[in-house]
Amino acid sequence: MMQFMLLFSRQGKLRLQKWYVAHPDKLKKKITRELITTILARKPKMCSFLEWKDLKIVYKRYASLYFCCAIEQNDNELLTLEVIHRYVELLDKYFGSVCELDIIFNFEKAYFILDELLLGGEIQETSKKNVLKAIAAQDLLQEEETPQGFFEDHGLG
Amino acid sequence: MPAVRGDGMRGLAVFISDIRNCKSKEAEVKRINKELANIRSKFKGDKTLDGYQKKKYVCKLLFIFLLGHDIDFGHMEAVNLLSSNKYSEKQIGYLFISVLVNTNSDLINLIIQSIKNDLASRNPIHVNLAMQCIANIGSREMAEAFGYDIPKLLVSGDTMDVVKQSAALCLLRLFRTSQEIIPGGEWTSRIVHLLNDQHLGVVTAAASLIDALVKRNPDEYKGCISLAVSRLSRIVTSSYTDLQDYTYYFVPAPWLSVKLLRLLQNYTPPEDPGVRGRLNECLETILNKAQEPPKSKKVQHSNAKNAVLFEAISLIIHNDSEPNLLVRACNQLGQFLSNRETNLRYLALESMCLLATSEFSHEAVKKHQEVVIVSMKMEKDVSVRQQAVDLLYAMCDRSNAEEIVQEMLNYLETADYSIREEMVLKVAILAEKYATDYTWYVDVILNLIRIAGDYVSEEVWYRVIQIVINRDDVQGYAAKTVFEALQAPACHENMVKVGGYILGEFGNLIAGDKRSAPIVQFQLLHSKYHLCSPMTRALLLSTYVKFVNLFPEVKQVVQEVFRQHSNLRSADAELQQRASEYLQLSIIASTDVLATVLEEMPSFPERESSILAVLKKKKPGRVPENEIRPALTHNMNSSEHTTNHNSNNLTSSAATNNAATDLLGLSTPPAPTNTGVLLDVLVGDIYGGGNAINNTPSSTIQQNTYNPKKFICKNNGVLFENDLIQIGVKCEFRQNLGRLGLFYGNKTSFPLQGFTASLLNPNEWVTKLSLQIKPVEPVLDAGAQIQQMVNVECVEDYTDAPSMNISFIYNNVPQKLTIKLPIFINKFFEPTEMNGESFFARWKNLGGNPQKSQLIFRATQGMDLMATRTKLIGFGMQLLDGIDPNPDNFVCAGIVHTRTQQIGCLLRLEPNKQAQMYRLTVRSSKESVSQEICELLSDQF
Repeated sequence: MMQFMLLFSRQGKLRLQKWYVAHPDKLKKKITRELITTILARKPKMCSFLEWKDLKIVYKRYASLYFCCAIEQNDNELLTLEVIHRYVELLDKYFGSVCELDIIFNFEKAYFILDELLLGGEIQETSKKNVLKAIAAQDLLQEEETPQGFFEDHGLG
Repeated sequence: MPAVRGDGMRGLAVFISDIRNCKSKEAEVKRINKELANIRSKFKGDKTLDGYQKKKYVCKLLFIFLLGHDIDFGHMEAVNLLSSNKYSEKQIGYLFISVLVNTNSDLINLIIQSIKNDLASRNPIHVNLAMQCIANIGSREMAEAFGYDIPKLLVSGDTMDVVKQSAALCLLRLFRTSQEIIPGGEWTSRIVHLLNDQHLGVVTAAASLIDALVKRNPDEYKGCISLAVSRLSRIVTSSYTDLQDYTYYFVPAPWLSVKLLRLLQNYTPPEDPGVRGRLNECLETILNKAQEPPKSKKVQHSNAKNAVLFEAISLIIHNDSEPNLLVRACNQLGQFLSNRETNLRYLALESMCLLATSEFSHEAVKKHQEVVIVSMKMEKDVSVRQQAVDLLYAMCDRSNAEEIVQEMLNYLETADYSIREEMVLKVAILAEKYATDYTWYVDVILNLIRIAGDYVSEEVWYRVIQIVINRDDVQGYAAKTVFEALQAPACHENMVKVGGYILGEFGNLIAGDKRSAPIVQFQLLHSKYHLCSPMTRALLLSTYVKFVNLFPEVKQVVQEVFRQHSNLRSADAELQQRASEYLQLSIIASTDVLATVLEEMPSFPERESSILAVLKKKKPGRVPENEIRPALTHNMNSSEHTTNHNSNNLTSSAATNNAATDLLGLSTPPAPTNTGVLLDVLVGDIYGGGNAINNTPSSTIQQNTYNPKKFICKNNGVLFENDLIQIGVKCEFRQNLGRLGLFYGNKTSFPLQGFTASLLNPNEWVTKLSLQIKPVEPVLDAGAQIQQMVNVECVEDYTDAPSMNISFIYNNVPQKLTIKLPIFINKFFEPTEMNGESFFARWKNLGGNPQKSQLIFRATQGMDLMATRTKLIGFGMQLLDGIDPNPDNFVCAGIVHTRTQQIGCLLRLEPNKQAQMYRLTVRSSKESVSQEICELLSDQF
């Protein structure tokens, strides 16, 4: 089971965090800090896996973003790399050539997509088509709503 | 600003832009505080906010939280959003709740109500949103509220596939929180049959769920074996076009394949020959495919394909029953060792560690020794080098030990600091385990100290001394070698410690040679004295006094040194005291007394190396073994068992660990109250004496220990310890009352959840002991310690001692321990002083057969009378001197206090040194008590 997933930038800024086990906020921050430092210090050609406490860390860099997952001893490292890749593909498809900014400005969407791919730390749907279908169905529900915020946002509310 | 997708919130985008434009951290904080004030006033204001505004502000709060700031309001507004009829608002509400869960909040009931409504919705998107929230929170409340609905959704015929997928994983999440929610009976087969579902997404999700259920109840879910095998078989024989969107870069359903292979690792190989054959075919096919040319150059293709391959190899290793497959797996991994992908080399080294422990593939692994040594030396990435070290350790046996140990020593000179300490432990273990010639062993350890002295822990140098003391064939060599090593101008302090100890014991063996004459030995050691820490100096002082005994010719010089350090010039109180006492000893004591006091150390009892325990502690969860497992094949006919590693570890550590107790035996006999220096010498003070060290038995010494009998003669100490938890106890007793403090320490970096500690079989004890056990907090934070008080009153006499059930959840895995409390009947002893006359009068009075109990037993430890005295005093009776005509015999008297009666008790213990036996006689006014006292004491000596 995956314990958590972190997305952070080359500058060490956390962009997304998803925890599948309950930890107090303080501990989460500590873990995050430690891992970001460890991973940023590693050289490009190094192995994508490392042992950390009693967990296995799997990470991969895509452009300016690092994707980092913590899995348990029994989990498969290589396949976790591909969970990351599938997530990147989904983001890419959804945003159209995704970049770090897309994830910053649409962080809630990034969460919604991740929730379709993984649930409770386990893979839920591996088919790219099916995940995109689910997200499209959610967007469709939204479009049926009247865009009521338009006026307020332009100071006319 | 990039385009915002969907029904974007412009206000949010503007805010995010603002934050990004902040030039400094201060500016960012200021902007955030402004926004927080704004949102707070909006939420508090009179004007009711509409759904959109609420959504926007809640989303901003979420963003601020994700930036790392604390958010302490907005929960109510988020909960309001849950019941919105607009999907986008509802979704943001759920996201906020999922990220900022606060389970003890009063809002939880409102949240549960909203989830209930959405679960009942006819729109699958709403149902899934609700389930995602349940899974994200996954608390006990969630399990209680939805433990009925979710299983129903999972197996109901009219549930849509997407909903089933979510339901399976949602249920899994809740099951991890509270195991009891899974319905048994007919549900079992319905859940297992999800493996046959048409929809591969459903099967994948269900496989995760079933894997967890199997771990709890393997027999009940046994039906999944054949279903999993046939599903796997269909996947591996399909072409990549068959599975459409579930084919990932030309690999058919890699996620499902891996899940199924993992699921099968919960069982021993299938009993049914048909199923077994089919499984072996699958495994062969997977191995064959690895040899085919890749269908794509993309790394995704090779990763997915190899993910399945590694999982298959993992199952082959787990089954450990097909020599052919094991050897093929080993060859395949051997190929990976020289692959250009670092990831593959890393994983191949890791898997090979496991193959090395199978008797079928151990030899095949050894063929790759050269490549692995090269990996250890040449890999660019330290984590890969670490794996290579682990593998060398695992593949080491008698045939290649010298070579591997030598290579590891060579590498140690340049090894990364991060792995040195562990390597030192490994080298020390291998050298001891495979030493045929102990001079080699001594060389290796001294080399270790020379090359990586800073990383040689106490356990390692304690151990070399223990081994040298126990083997007289190596003592002369050790003295000579250590003498030579000490000649180096700069030698490590650990070398001085070992040198000091060994020369103090065996310096006489090399004193015949002029080059290492007594005075030369002394001067050599003393030339290091001023460079060492007080602890080492204390050890050297002990060596010097031993020299006084061994070499009368150096007495004067040594006394001069003692004189110098016995006054104020020695700043350390311990050193000062030692120096003065040794000085007096050397002046006052006759040669005979000196020779007795400073007699050569007796042999240590042979026991398992505790260095192994240190290594295990360093790497909880994954300790590479250097032990070849017997094959599982002979278990084939017994019923299929699971291998639940977690629980196995716990029980096995509880059962076997007394072997590893008490590090090197260097601290025996236990004499916690004795810090007197002279006594230290008597018992062989290898700690070098600081009081602090004697008073606090360091935790490394007592790890993985559980030996409740140890507490028969003492009241305080570490009751139990493993990788996760340490349980300490302190207790005091007075007449028939007692009070215990139990201390639970969490050794991990994660909280232990659901912590409970309660009496096992309370009904059994009601009539014997009245126990009041204070409840404990359910969460034991990382690194924290909690205390539990237990008050006890002895109601009437009893045998054995009550046990506690301790359970908690670590890392989602429930753990359970049963620990015997140190409340034995002897704790309620009151010592009774009496003279010889009244002793013999009572002894005679209690002469009737039913009242006396006698045992004759073999000594399990050296027959050290001092240690026996200490134990008897700790046992709680009065030790009566001068009563027994034989001074070697022990006589004791005491009264056991219970609420209902007082039971007088007399004891006599007769050691027989020739026969290495003891005879123990106990007489008391009650037969059961005599027997129990005898029983308790019988394995203490």
